[in-house]
Amino acid sequence: MSEKRGRFGIHGGQYIPETLMNAVNELKAAYNRYKDDPEFNAELKDLLNNYANRPSMLYYAEKMTKDLGGAKIYLKREDLNHTGAHKINNVLGQALLAKKMGKTRLIAETGAGQHGVATATAAALFGMECVVFMGEEDTKRQALNVYRMKLLGSDVVPVKSGTATLKDAVNEAMREWTKRIKDTHYCLGSCMGPHPFPTIVRDFQSVISKEIKEQCLEKEGKLPDVVMACVGGGSNAIGAFYNFINDPSVQLIGCEAAGRGIDTFETAATIATGKLGIFHGMKSYFCQDEFGQIAPVYSISAGLDYPGVGPEHANLHDIGRAQYVAITDDEAVNAFEYLSKTEGVIPAIESAHAVAYAMKLAPTMPKDKIIVVNLSGRGDKDVAAIARYRGEDIYE
Amino acid sequence: MSNIKKAFDHGKAFIPFFTCGYPDIETSMELVRTAAENGADLIELGIPFSDPTAEGPVIQISSLKALENGVKTDKVFEMVRELRRDIKIPMVFMTYANVVFSYGSERFISACSEMGIDGLILPDIPYEERDEFLELCHKYDVDLISFVAPTSENRIAMIAKSAEGFIYIVSSLGVTGERKEITTNIADIVSVIRENTEVPCAVGFGISSPEQAREMAELSDGAIVGSALIRIVEEGGDGVVEKVGKLVRAMKEAL
Repeated sequence: MSEKRGRFGIHGGQYIPETLMNAVNELKAAYNRYKDDPEFNAELKDLLNNYANRPSMLYYAEKMTKDLGGAKIYLKREDLNHTGAHKINNVLGQALLAKKMGKTRLIAETGAGQHGVATATAAALFGMECVVFMGEEDTKRQALNVYRMKLLGSDVVPVKSGTATLKDAVNEAMREWTKRIKDTHYCLGSCMGPHPFPTIVRDFQSVISKEIKEQCLEKEGKLPDVVMACVGGGSNAIGAFYNFINDPSVQLIGCEAAGRGIDTFETAATIATGKLGIFHGMKSYFCQDEFGQIAPVYSISAGLDYPGVGPEHANLHDIGRAQYVAITDDEAVNAFEYLSKTEGVIPAIESAHAVAYAMKLAPTMPKDKIIVVNLSGRGDKDVAAIARYRGEDIYE
Repeated sequence: MSNIKKAFDHGKAFIPFFTCGYPDIETSMELVRTAAENGADLIELGIPFSDPTAEGPVIQISSLKALENGVKTDKVFEMVRELRRDIKIPMVFMTYANVVFSYGSERFISACSEMGIDGLILPDIPYEERDEFLELCHKYDVDLISFVAPTSENRIAMIAKSAEGFIYIVSSLGVTGERKEITTNIADIVSVIRENTEVPCAVGFGISSPEQAREMAELSDGAIVGSALIRIVEEGGDGVVEKVGKLVRAMKEAL
C-alpha cells in the first residue's frame, strides 16, 4: 500500500494551514527516527505491559457463542487496559515520542472522553501539562470522564462552537496547536488528520492485531475468519485489522454508527452516507451537504459521533479489503445489554456496535468458523446514558 | 498574470475581508461596495464554511450566521456576479478546500474565472497539496495564493519561488482575530521572500488598527484586515456600513 506523502490510495494527505506544516514535518522526522529504535520500542513495550496491562486477553465468549449457535466468538479485551479502552496504546506511544521531541505539553480532542482520559493519564505519568478539548454536548453526556481528566491534573475546555461535539473538539485542538507549537504536541486520538497522524496512530494501535494473531494461533491453531470492530475515526478498527490486511482469508468488518438509521439525518455512518471530501487535514469520506458543508452527525455513542473516517479505512473500503456496515442506536443498546447479561462484560457503547454485528453474523456462520470482536472499551462510562435511554432516572 | 498585480500598483495595498452573506446578503454586498469606494485595493470574499479551522471567534461566528442565512456556494456566486457589474478592483475568494472540492474543483475554478474572481485563498491547502488545484487555476487564469507563516522558516524560499498573485504572510501564530501586538519578525520573512520572487506580499491575521496596518504595510506591500471590520458588523447598531467604510478609509490612508 502506497504511503508516499501519507496517501492511502487517493485518501490521506496533509491538508492543513502552512503554520502547522513544520510541526507535522518535525513529527514525521521524529517518528521515522524512533519507530525502529530498539530503545524507544523497549521503553514503549515496558509501558504497555507494566503500566497499561498488555497484552490484553483474547477471551472465548462461550455462552454467547452457544446462545447464538454459530461461529465461535472471541472478544479481544481492550476494555481491560488501563484507563478502560484501546486509546492508551496510541497515547503512550505519542506521549513517549513527544517527550523525546522535547515537548512538555500535550493537547488532545476527545469525544466520549476515553482518549482525553488516556492523554490526561499519560501526561500525569510523564509530568507533562495537558489540555483536553471536548464538545460541550459531550461534556454533558460524559460528565464523569470530565471529572476524571481534572482529577488527573488536566484542563478540560468545553467547546461550544459548531455542533459542540467531537468534530468541533478537533477544530479547537487544531486552532490551539496553531497558537502554540513549540512546546506542544497534539496527541491526536484516532487514525485521522494530516499525515503522519493516521500512520502513527495505526502503528501504535496495531499491537491489537499483532496480539490477536498470536493468541488465535495459540488457542485455535489458525487465523480467525472474521475480525470486527467499531469505526468512528477508526483507530481501534485499524489496530485490529492491520496485521491481517495481507491475510486474505480473514474478513475485516468495520461497524459504523447508524444512529437512528442511515436513511435519516441523525446518523454518523460515514462510509454508508458520506462522500469524498477534504477536512481535518485529510482527504477521505465525510458526511456533508452538496456544497461541502460538514454535516451535523448523530450517534448515541459520543466516540463514534464523527462526520469522517480515517483515510486508511476509506482506502480499505475502496479496494474492497474491508467491509463497513452500519449499526443503529437500538441495535447497539441491545448488544450492550446482551453482552452484560450473557457474559458479564459491560462493553463501551462504541464497542457494542461491533458486538451487535457479531450477533447478526455469528448465527449465519458454521460452528468451526471464528469471529474476533474487538471490545475496544468498557462500558462503565455509558451506564447512566443507557439507563436514560431506557427511561430510568438515576443519579450519576 | 491576473488582475491582482493591479492592486499593488498604487502604493501599499489595503485588502479587506468580508464574509459573504453576513450579516445578510444585501448588507454584505453594501460592505463590499463601501470598501471599494473607500480605497480598498483588493477584496477578499469569504465563502462560509461550517468548520473554519483557521479562523478566530469573530469570523467563525460570521460564517455560521451566513450559513444560517442559507448562503452557500451558489448564493455567493450570484452575489459576486451582481457585484462585478460595478466593482472593478480585483477580488479573490477565501474559503476551505472542501467547498471547492465538493463543488467539483474544475466547475468551481472555471466559475471563478467566468465571474471575474482573480484568485483563490485556501488556508487548508499548503504547498504540498496545491498541485491538484494549481493545474486548474492555471487553466482558468485564477491565481492560487500561497501562505507564509511565522513557522515557515526553511519553507519560505520554496513557497515564494512558486507563488502567484500575492503572498499572504500570516503575522502571528494562531487563528485570525485582532491582536494588540504582532511580535513576529516580518521584516526577515519579507527579505527572504524578496530574494526569491517579485510577487508582492501582504500581511494579515491580527491587524486591528490603522497604526498596525501601517506598520505591517511598511514592512511588506500591503495589509489584510478581516476581524476588525467584521466586529463592527457584529456589534450592529445604526450606520454599520458607514462605520466600516470609515475604518477602511482610515486604514488605507494610514498605509
